[in-house]
Amino acid sequence: MAARIHWRRPGGRRERWGEHLSGAAVENPNRRDFLFIATGAVGAVGVGAVAWPLIDQMNPDASTLALASIEVDIGAIAEGQIVTVKWRGGPVFIRHRTKKEIDDAVNTPLSDLKDPQTDQARAKKPEWLIVVGICTHLGCVPLGHEGPYDGWKCPCHGSVYDTSGRIRQGPAPLNLAVPEYAFLSDAKVKIG
Amino acid sequence: MSGNSSYVPKSAFGRWFEARLPIMGLAHSSFVAYPVPRNLNYLWTFGAILAFMLVAQIVTGVVLAMHYAPSATLAFASVERIMRDVNYGWLIRYLHTNGASLLFFAVYVHIFRGLYYGSYKAPREVLWILGVIIYLLMMATAFMGYVLPWGSMSFAGATVITNLFTAVPLVGGGVAHWLWGGYAVGDPTLNRFFSLHFLLPFMIVGVVLLHIWALHVAGQNNPDGVEIKNVERDAMAFTPYATIKDLFALSLFLILYAWLVFYIPNYLLDADNSTVANPLSTPAHIVPEWYLLPFYAILRAIPDKLGGVVALFAAIVLLAFVPWLDTSPVKSAKYRPLFRIFFWAFVVCCVGLGWLGSQEVSDATTWAARAFALGYFAFLVVVLPLLGLIEKTKPMPASIADAVLAKKGGSSAPSAAS
Repeated sequence: MAARIHWRRPGGRRERWGEHLSGAAVENPNRRDFLFIATGAVGAVGVGAVAWPLIDQMNPDASTLALASIEVDIGAIAEGQIVTVKWRGGPVFIRHRTKKEIDDAVNTPLSDLKDPQTDQARAKKPEWLIVVGICTHLGCVPLGHEGPYDGWKCPCHGSVYDTSGRIRQGPAPLNLAVPEYAFLSDAKVKIG
Repeated sequence: MSGNSSYVPKSAFGRWFEARLPIMGLAHSSFVAYPVPRNLNYLWTFGAILAFMLVAQIVTGVVLAMHYAPSATLAFASVERIMRDVNYGWLIRYLHTNGASLLFFAVYVHIFRGLYYGSYKAPREVLWILGVIIYLLMMATAFMGYVLPWGSMSFAGATVITNLFTAVPLVGGGVAHWLWGGYAVGDPTLNRFFSLHFLLPFMIVGVVLLHIWALHVAGQNNPDGVEIKNVERDAMAFTPYATIKDLFALSLFLILYAWLVFYIPNYLLDADNSTVANPLSTPAHIVPEWYLLPFYAILRAIPDKLGGVVALFAAIVLLAFVPWLDTSPVKSAKYRPLFRIFFWAFVVCCVGLGWLGSQEVSDATTWAARAFALGYFAFLVVVLPLLGLIEKTKPMPASIADAVLAKKGGSSAPSAAS
C-alpha cells in the first residue's frame, strides 16, 4: 500500500530526504543544519554513555579484582617441597629449593637454553622459586619433581623444565612465567 | 507488505542485494514512505516507545543473565553480587526492574488509547487480538522475572500464582506439581522460570512483528476515527515526521525512566524482597508488582476459589472480544459523548481496583473491590454492546484533512500547511 506513493511538495517537486543539506551547508549554514548536527552530537554522546556500562560490565568485577593479589604463608614449606596455590584462577608453584637445585640452576650456561634467562633474574631470593604453573606450550599443569633435571615435566606433550622453571626439552617455547611478587616477611609472600 | 516496492537502491551492490532479498525496500515502505494520518496525537507515539523499551529490557536482561545464577542457593547472592561487584551492575539491574514497570505503564497508555479511539474495530480486530496476546506474554514474563531474585516476595508470588492452578477440579493438583517440579515452589521451579523468562521476550518480539505487520495492512487509526481517503491530503510520510515525533516523545519518556532509575530506583519495589526466600514463612503483606494489582484485586474480591481464578483470567481474556462486544459503528470516543463517560468510569474502576489490590483485606476493601470489579465487567459485557445500539453520536468529519483544518480554522486548500 505504501510502496507506490510518491510524496509531493506543494510546488509539485518531489523532495528527497536530506536534499536541503546538499551544497547549501558550506556557504550558508542555517538553523536546520545546526539543529541536526547539534542533536546528532548529543545523541552520539548519549549512545556512548549507554553503551559503556553494557560493555564494561563484562570486565572483571570487584570480587574478581579483589583476588588479583594474594598473600601466601610460606613459613611451613619444607626445603625441597613444592606447594601449589591458586592465583587469578590458575596454579602458581612455590618451590623451597635445596642447595643442589639452586647450584644446578645457577651453573647452567645460557647457550643451553631455548629461552635464555639467568636464574638470578628469575628468583629474588635463591631459595624461593615462584613461577606460574602453566606450561607455555598449550596450557597444561606440569608435574613437579619430574624429568631429567628434577624440575618439572608436562604430561601432555613432554615439555621438560629445570629447577629454575626454564624450558629445556620439548615443544614449549618459553620458560614458566614469573609473576609479580614481593616478600612481606621471611614467612609471607604477596603474589600479584 | 507488497512484493513490488518502488524503492530503487542507489548503489549497484544495493540493487544486486535488493533483487535477492528486498529488505531495504521493506524497511523503506514500512518506515520511510509509509503514510501516517496527519491528525495523530502524542498517544500514538507509545508504539515506538514500547518497541524501544522491549529492546532495552532484552539488552539489559541478557547482560544480567551473564552474572545471574538460577539456583535457589545462589540466586539471591548473585543478585547482590550484581548490585555490588559487577561494573555498573547496579545500573543495569535498576534499568531492568524499572524498565519493566515503564513497559507496563506504556502498554496501559497504549491499550487505553486503543479503547478510547476504537482502534480495535474493523479491519483491525486481529491487530487488537495480537496486542492482547502480547499483553498476556508480558504478564507471564514479568511474573517469572520477579521470582528470579528469590526474595521473600518472589517466593510468595510464585507460590500464590502457581497455586491458582490447584483451583481447577480434578487435574489442578497434578498440574501444580508439574509446574513446580516438586511438591512446592523450589529450586526446579526457579530454574525453569529462568529458562522461560529468557525465552518469552523473544516470543514477544515475534508477536510484535506480527502486530506491526497487521497494523501496516490496515494503516493506523486516528483520533477522529475516519480512515485515510486521499493519501496526499490526509496523510504524511512516516520519515521524517513520525520518526522525529516518536524520537521526541521517546526522549521525554526516557527522562521519566532516568528519574526513576537514578533518584528513586526502589520506589516501585517491595522492601520484603530484600530478604531471602524462606519456604517456611510468608511475609505479612503480600502484593504483586503494581501492574498486576487490578487483577489481584479481582481475584480476592470473589469469595470462591475457582470463581476468583476464573474471574481473573476472564478479566484479561474478555479484552480479546472487545471488537465484537462493541456494537457502535463510530470508532472514536471524540464523537461518542455517552461512551466517553463510561470510558472514564471504566478507567476509574481499573485504577480503583489497582489501589485496592495493594491494600490489606478488610470488609470495606472487599465490598469496594466487588463494586469496581462489577463495573469492570459491566463495561465490557453490558455497556459496550448496548451503547452502540442506543447512543446518539456527533456528526463525523468528512475526512482527516477536514478534521485537521477545522481545528485550525483554515480553508480546505492544501497549501495552508508547510
